[in-house]
Amino acid sequence: MKKEELNFQKSEEFSRTMIPGAFARKMRTCVIWQFIRFVTINIKMLVVVSKSH
Amino acid sequence: MARLIVLGGGVSGHTTATFAAKWLGSQHEVVVVTPNSKWNWIPSNIWVGVGQMSKEEVTFDLAPVYAKAGITYKQAKAVSLNPEGNESSGKPFVTIEYTDPSKEGQSENIEYDYIVNATGPKLNFDATPGLGDGAGQMGEHTVSVCTADHAVHAAHELHECIEKMKAGTRQKFLIGTGHGMCTCQGAAFEYIFNIEHELNKAGVRDMADIKWISNESFLGDFGMGGLHMKVGGYVVSSKLFAESLFAERNVDWLIGAHTSKVEAGKVSYELLDGSMGEEEFDFAMLIPPFAGVGIKAFAKDGSDITSTVFAPNGFMKVDANYAAGAYENWKASDWPRTYQNPSYSNMFAAGIAFAPPHLISKPMSSPNGTPINPTPPRTGMPAGIIGKAVAHSVCDLITKGDSAHLHEASMAEMGAACVASAGKGIFTGTAAAMTVFPVVPDFEKYPGTGRDTDYTFGEIGLAGHWIKHILHFMFIHKAKLNPGWTLIPE
Repeated sequence: MKKEELNFQKSEEFSRTMIPGAFARKMRTCVIWQFIRFVTINIKMLVVVSKSH
Repeated sequence: MARLIVLGGGVSGHTTATFAAKWLGSQHEVVVVTPNSKWNWIPSNIWVGVGQMSKEEVTFDLAPVYAKAGITYKQAKAVSLNPEGNESSGKPFVTIEYTDPSKEGQSENIEYDYIVNATGPKLNFDATPGLGDGAGQMGEHTVSVCTADHAVHAAHELHECIEKMKAGTRQKFLIGTGHGMCTCQGAAFEYIFNIEHELNKAGVRDMADIKWISNESFLGDFGMGGLHMKVGGYVVSSKLFAESLFAERNVDWLIGAHTSKVEAGKVSYELLDGSMGEEEFDFAMLIPPFAGVGIKAFAKDGSDITSTVFAPNGFMKVDANYAAGAYENWKASDWPRTYQNPSYSNMFAAGIAFAPPHLISKPMSSPNGTPINPTPPRTGMPAGIIGKAVAHSVCDLITKGDSAHLHEASMAEMGAACVASAGKGIFTGTAAAMTVFPVVPDFEKYPGTGRDTDYTFGEIGLAGHWIKHILHFMFIHKAKLNPGWTLIPE
């Protein structure tokens, strides 16, 4: 059984939601991709901050 | 020379006082009254609570910072306000009681021209039997991460649980809210996933049952009625976002719960459907409900006008619409813009200390009449922005006169960035990085979700964790008034 499928059977509530697969999990800790996301999120946050002042 | 008194030295009060001192210079006096001797970057208490940071890393002494800024610092708590003065003087004043060990027990009346109430909340542990000790402090059955000292204690208890698991004893962790009217679900959300992360690291995750208990009517409400965010090209509810994380990490949840009683190893609760239940635990971190700090107010003749200045929950009334009525009538414009007290124009409230007009989440109660709904969050970025706007207004009133324009910072027009840590480690930690714009949904401006989905987004990953780390150092740098502090946004 794939790791992401394991928790679906643990509870009825779990079975009704979504659980990330191996690719999505890998991307969360992929340093190159996360650096790109780091820059993107910072820019978005700065926009939100500037709109809030 | 005018005197501004700021009550409180947390995120909002510190922001107000430091900017006011910078803008007013030495021609006017800024006084800070706070019972604490240290400033605490509260978001990082989560990491103290799992033993990944020390108390010293999240706190620093206020006295040298205020000395550097030319701010008069009084380590004391405000007891009462006399906004009209008293029979012997028409000058408004605040009565304080010193908590400074060298003056403990002494009290003083300090006259003011302007006052900003930024006291933050009273951690109302005693609202739930057993959650408090009956004397206003945290009880013996649970832990908390609301203060740095609480977090140190929590880390110690967590370590003991980990040792028990290593010795073969299964442990049950219960994290969430300790009352039906709590706010700050985000802190508990962070803490539960940091615990899960630490248990994994310690190799004992399979010996732990972890459960979330919360007054939210759905997972991901966060006291903001939930939010719709852009994730992976979809606009999705925070309910799905949160449930996905809980399911992935194998964390059970119990929602719509009012924790009614805490005993050794057991909580009793009431659910939104009116049913009652109990949950056992070996380790519980339950956020207490917040209340105002209990400052009294008196008129010139000595009569009690507390109910004129403060709402029944102890928070200060400001320019909000407190007569909005039923949920169907609520509007974004109900929320305050200037934070000026409607009765006394030289009095403001900032951060958690202002009384919100109503909830943000939909009001809910059980068939037994017990209200079970999150109260509005006003911490972090909104607290800082409001503090700065209030400082600006007071400085303009002092330097330009009573007709000066007041600066505005409505929570229905400002966003918030929230980075919820889900484990610490430069390459192993992750965090849910979220922004929401605006904090209070405006269904007239954004009829679909109440918010601008271009600026309301969330994702989980290392990037969020790095941002959380940077925010830790950046905001402590700013609060210490180190070089360039004014360039760091609130």
